[in-house]
Amino acid sequence: MSKFSPAWALGMLAAVTLTAPASFADTPKDTLVIAATIDDIVSLDPAEAFEFSGGDLLRNTYDHLVEFNPLDLAAGYQPGLAESWTVSEDGKTFTFKIRDGIKFQSGNPVTAEDAEFSLRRAVLLEKTPSFILTQFGFTKDNIEDTIKATDASTLVITTDKVYAQSFVLNCLTATIGSIVDKKVAMEHEKDGDFGYEWLKTNTAGSGAYALKSWKANESYVLDVNPDYWRATPAMKRVFVRHIAESASQRLLLEKGDIDVARNLTPEDIAAVAANGDLKVDEDLRGRIVYMSLNQKKAPLNDPKVIEAVKWAVDYTGMTETILRGQYRVHQAFLPLTYLGELKDQPYTLDIAKAKALLAEAGHADDVAVKINVRNEPSYMAMAQAIQGSLTEAGITVELTPMTGKQSLGEYRAREHDIYLGAWGPDYPDPHTNADTFAHNPNNADEAKLTGKLAWRNSWDIPEMTKQTEAAVQEADRDKRAEMYRAIQKEHQMTSPFVVMFQKIEQTGLRKDVENLVTGSAISAVYYWTVTK
Amino acid sequence: MSLAGSRPGGRGGFLSSRQGLLKVGRVLATLAVTLLGLLLITFLIGRVMPIDPVLAVVGDRASNEVYEATRKAMGLDQPIIVQFFTYIGEVVRGDFGTSLLTSRPVIEDIARVFPATLELATVATLLGVSLGIPAGVMAAVHQGRWPDHVVRLVGLFGYSMPIFWLGLMGLLIFYGKLDWVAGPGRLDIFFEDVVPQVTGVILIDSLLAGDFEVFANALSHIILPASVLGYYSLAYISRMTRSFMLEQLAQEYITTARVKGVSEARVIWGHALGNVMVPLITVIALSYASLLEGSVLTEIVFAWPGIGFYITNALLSADMNAVLGGTVVVGIVFVGLNLLSDILYRVFDPRAR
Repeated sequence: MSKFSPAWALGMLAAVTLTAPASFADTPKDTLVIAATIDDIVSLDPAEAFEFSGGDLLRNTYDHLVEFNPLDLAAGYQPGLAESWTVSEDGKTFTFKIRDGIKFQSGNPVTAEDAEFSLRRAVLLEKTPSFILTQFGFTKDNIEDTIKATDASTLVITTDKVYAQSFVLNCLTATIGSIVDKKVAMEHEKDGDFGYEWLKTNTAGSGAYALKSWKANESYVLDVNPDYWRATPAMKRVFVRHIAESASQRLLLEKGDIDVARNLTPEDIAAVAANGDLKVDEDLRGRIVYMSLNQKKAPLNDPKVIEAVKWAVDYTGMTETILRGQYRVHQAFLPLTYLGELKDQPYTLDIAKAKALLAEAGHADDVAVKINVRNEPSYMAMAQAIQGSLTEAGITVELTPMTGKQSLGEYRAREHDIYLGAWGPDYPDPHTNADTFAHNPNNADEAKLTGKLAWRNSWDIPEMTKQTEAAVQEADRDKRAEMYRAIQKEHQMTSPFVVMFQKIEQTGLRKDVENLVTGSAISAVYYWTVTK
Repeated sequence: MSLAGSRPGGRGGFLSSRQGLLKVGRVLATLAVTLLGLLLITFLIGRVMPIDPVLAVVGDRASNEVYEATRKAMGLDQPIIVQFFTYIGEVVRGDFGTSLLTSRPVIEDIARVFPATLELATVATLLGVSLGIPAGVMAAVHQGRWPDHVVRLVGLFGYSMPIFWLGLMGLLIFYGKLDWVAGPGRLDIFFEDVVPQVTGVILIDSLLAGDFEVFANALSHIILPASVLGYYSLAYISRMTRSFMLEQLAQEYITTARVKGVSEARVIWGHALGNVMVPLITVIALSYASLLEGSVLTEIVFAWPGIGFYITNALLSADMNAVLGGTVVVGIVFVGLNLLSDILYRVFDPRAR
């Protein structure tokens, strides 16, 4: 027989396979290795980044004027690069005192001029998250006066109206409030872009880590900033690798090739929890899952039909089965842990009640709707469960699975019947969700208020819009919280939104990993607190 | 596009004559026309897809002003035909644009993801060929007896098992339980960026750098995904080899050779297999080409950052620059393999010279 026989080939294969070394057993003590899905990162410029994974990366590479203490997120915003601030008597002017002696990763000192540059460029670049700043009245024409460094350590910000102090400061903790190294950014400026092209793939901050490399859809690597002012991070290097498949993440975690797995399915979470070398952390995140009924479409604009739909959803059934451990029932538009949170859960599955309401509305059997849903397993599972219970109540449902981008196009054009999707807060202040769920100053098609969910669903609410505007200006914190609770109570009863769940993030970790903060509902992940 | 392609006549050494030059010119012209057609079709599909590329950039929260400004900046307010020719003009100048999803020039992205696919597909095809051909020959020689049944059963299994499942099971057993191979990814994360990128194929780059530790690590990472993909092409190649061989073994020249006393091994591995090589080249080239397009599911399970995942992700997000760039690469691969199989025809089949 020839030397190229199957036996020979099999032997070679076995030899190669057996002699190839397997990977290391454990990750080094000063290194954190994470598996996560990070293919949502499209830009690393803080003026543009608006995705979860991008937020995670930037939270660790940049600092903000005011920030959260990751080890006590409930305490709310704290002094960050600004060691203190004062607010003028008329409530419109905020004067920040920049902390002395802090350096960017480049070695340049952090000054008020950098803060002025960062906030101004965010307004001037007009990227998607810019509204977080421009809602205070900053425009291209007035930022010279409204965002101003008066000396190396003083930054003065002037808003157009009086807003709740907490609202302004909460917004500055968002990614867009990251303070960028002006000198480095301007060294890479091209055609007056304030370094945008360069910052899309590089970082220039003063955070605990500096970006060593980012390969899109593949991995990013962070190196510790040895001069970090807050603490000396125990993890000198952080590797985050894009692993899309939950089973692969779990295998890597079980083998000790990674320390943290961030996207595990309920089945894999159960296996991790049962493994003595591993543990599971749970964190309540800000994402809200809801259904909304387009008020342009009859009979979905009939209050009785809307109420019937709210009674025809099996909220607890879903969280106990298909969404086990991943979501909890929540029926108000502000996520739990937000100022003004509302824990009321007025709706449960009650088919008889739903049927009665439909009959009262004169639509006992003739409601036929399409539900647009993202073609992803957890959303499809929810959609199918909802389809089942709505059908029982006498509503004919057709599911239209779409890619995320596809369903959004129709939603923003107000062409859907019912949209099933999620909303995550943009910044840690109640106004972020109130502004979208309960604020619609102009319901006309031409207004194109596409960023607002109330507008997308053609829900005309002049009264509630006023209440929302009043709440964002209320200086008294307790009164403000009460106002949001009142708005949400009314929203629960009258709105075409069926708010159903709030996200719980489950993270699989090696037993020795401590203090990995995933950010709760208000922030992103922090690596500098981690020890092993 | 047929990989069996044209088989021009003519005598004399390949590429050594005027005809050779003509052939080169013809190949280049084919390449240009093919790519232009591919680009046009892909471009049009991209424009009729019900996905909004602007939303892919600005996201869900964008205000209408931001949306409109971005749409204009992307040139999407122009008529489609203008958009197409603007794009072609840029491509001719070597500019494939910037990917929306990675914020990097598409050409850089492809230079990163294609070598990953090339490496995986090549190792997989080597495995598939080195096992598939002997298996097919064995099956044909022992037709109807147990070696034949085993090969056919193994082939059937390779054909019918979902590659996703096969990959996960492979990981579970050989990485999870037995610890024979490394896990998902091209390298252990600690080895990343250790050797300078020359070709992008880590197995080659590590050898060029003389870093055998990285080479061994890369080998332990690639062996499992390559085996899974290789198994797939093995199933195809062995089945085709078997049927080609059966046809040849029934020919009179085989009987003649046996009567003349030529050894059985020489009859099978020399005479019959020699004649089977010509059609087999097409089979192998087809199988290699399909692997070079990228195998999305395998790439996902093994976290292998290849071109399949890149193009799929781009397509789902309407990142048309990336999709078009990827299409060009796949087009070039097909034309290139077509050419290669033509050349190999001439090597193995004197009649084609």
